[in-house]
Amino acid sequence: MTTSPVIRIENLEKHFGRLQVLKGISLDVGVGEVVVILGRSGSGKSTLLRCVNFLEEPTGGCVEVDGTRLEAGAPSRARRERIRAIRLKAGMVFQDFNLFPHLTVIENLVEAPCTVKGESRGEASKFAEELLAKVGLADKRDEYPIRLSGGQKQRVAIARALAMRPQIMLFDEPTSALDPELIGEVLTVMKNLAKEGMTMVVVTHEMGFAREVAHRMVFIHEGEVVEEGPPDKLISGARDARTRRFLEAVL
Amino acid sequence: MPFKVKLGLVYGAIGVLLVLFVIAFQYDTAFILEWLPFILGGVPLTLFICFGGIALAVVLALLGALGRLSHNALFMGVANFYVSFIRGTPLLVQIFFIYFAFPQLAFKPGVPEWVQPLLVYNIAFAAILALGINYGAYMTEIFRAGIQSVGHGQAEAASALGMSSAQTMRRIVLPQAVRVIIPPTGNEFIAMLKDSSLVGLAGAAELFYRAQSVGKAESHSYETLTVAALIYWLLTSIFSFFQKRLETKMGRGHVREEVAPPRARGIA
Ligand SMILES: Nc1ncnc2c1ncn2[C@@H]1O[C@H](COP(=O)(O)OP(=O)(O)OP(=O)(O)O)[C@@H](O)[C@H]1O
Ligand SMILES: [Mg+2]
Repeated sequence: MTTSPVIRIENLEKHFGRLQVLKGISLDVGVGEVVVILGRSGSGKSTLLRCVNFLEEPTGGCVEVDGTRLEAGAPSRARRERIRAIRLKAGMVFQDFNLFPHLTVIENLVEAPCTVKGESRGEASKFAEELLAKVGLADKRDEYPIRLSGGQKQRVAIARALAMRPQIMLFDEPTSALDPELIGEVLTVMKNLAKEGMTMVVVTHEMGFAREVAHRMVFIHEGEVVEEGPPDKLISGARDARTRRFLEAVL
Repeated sequence: MPFKVKLGLVYGAIGVLLVLFVIAFQYDTAFILEWLPFILGGVPLTLFICFGGIALAVVLALLGALGRLSHNALFMGVANFYVSFIRGTPLLVQIFFIYFAFPQLAFKPGVPEWVQPLLVYNIAFAAILALGINYGAYMTEIFRAGIQSVGHGQAEAASALGMSSAQTMRRIVLPQAVRVIIPPTGNEFIAMLKDSSLVGLAGAAELFYRAQSVGKAESHSYETLTVAALIYWLLTSIFSFFQKRLETKMGRGHVREEVAPPRARGIA
């Protein structure tokens, strides 16, 4: 991809106390690009993703999302505003869904557009219904999350993030909490999203998905980018021994 | 013999013993019938004080819990002091302080006149203030536990959607915490029904005050206090009944998301 980057991560560092989890990661993601992040458990994949929308505060480096740039720094009112601006551009999908259990499916979708963007319930609901149709859950509109299967929950969670009309989507192991037979339906939704040109950063171990959808795979080891490249290239000919060992284990 | 029947027999026996006790000590039924309306006349004030007190306590407990959970040193410090000081001093002292000590402050030399109405209360209002402040301190922990019972992922998901921490608290966390908070708050209300008798000592003409003053004046404390106890018991039983129903209703149709299945962790 040669389009200009919509996400720029520069020299990103994250410490938890004395433990350094991210050791200066730099990564650009272009408009419409799908990047899959790979790495062993504890390598820092979630932390990296969570630093992009500042659910974790980086301790060094810089993140830029669609022109909104923010360096690591001390909290302030102005900073909170910038973080909010970034979060409005970056939707996030979590491993364990985190749907709001006290709200129905449709209410889950319209909550943030109404409270954060001040959209009217009418227009928010209309768009929410379109999104539910897109993820194949139009008939679950008025159910509570407890009545949904894991796969359905995750599809609602994706729709909920999309309801904010984000420019990019971050996925943190979206299928890892699902029974194997429910993984496909979520991946299908994600594939369709990629086809529509959504910029996506996906942490996943689903190599089939990565191979089919990703433009680029990035392998992270102990908080550093070890190797990156197009899926075919990386899978058939990884240069780094650690990447090769990891790929052998997951393929 | 089925257990329920046994239990019934035990209750029956206790009842008979109590009746025998009352007969043996010559309970003055005529006297109590004469004074019952007067004693019962204290019930509305008791209930008024308790409803007012619990309403104030809920507000203070919410503020206290938010303060204790806040990252702001001022809020946290004030909340911690409130809880520690109020829980560390007797309710009776607090009642007397608000009703008898505050008015004294109001009339110290140099105190501006507009301050006086802030420190001089009628006794019912003082009672509500004292019970509300006292119970608010205890209920702070209930509210804090309720708020903390809402999984961290909820606040995280809301933040990721761009909601501010105030919006997250109001729209996402508190509505879920309420289910956890309401049942123990019902218990606190029932406890307050009984503790409200303490304000009688400061002169509020509520249930206990009326019973004990008539009893003392007419040398019939045995009669009047027995009746007062029965009325308290009746009141607490009624509210316990509703509280239990509320509790089962809150527990049912548990809407919180069930715990996610064991995570497939990354390749280790
Ligand atoms: N809040 C935290 N406090 C302290 N340490 C943390 C915290 N969050 C993560 N870590 C540590 O940071 C390291 C990286 O964690 P992270 O969750 O980013 O890994 P991951 O690559 O997503 O792993 P997994 O595949 O298991 O999800 C781990 O050693 C973890 O224990
Ligand atoms: Mg992770």
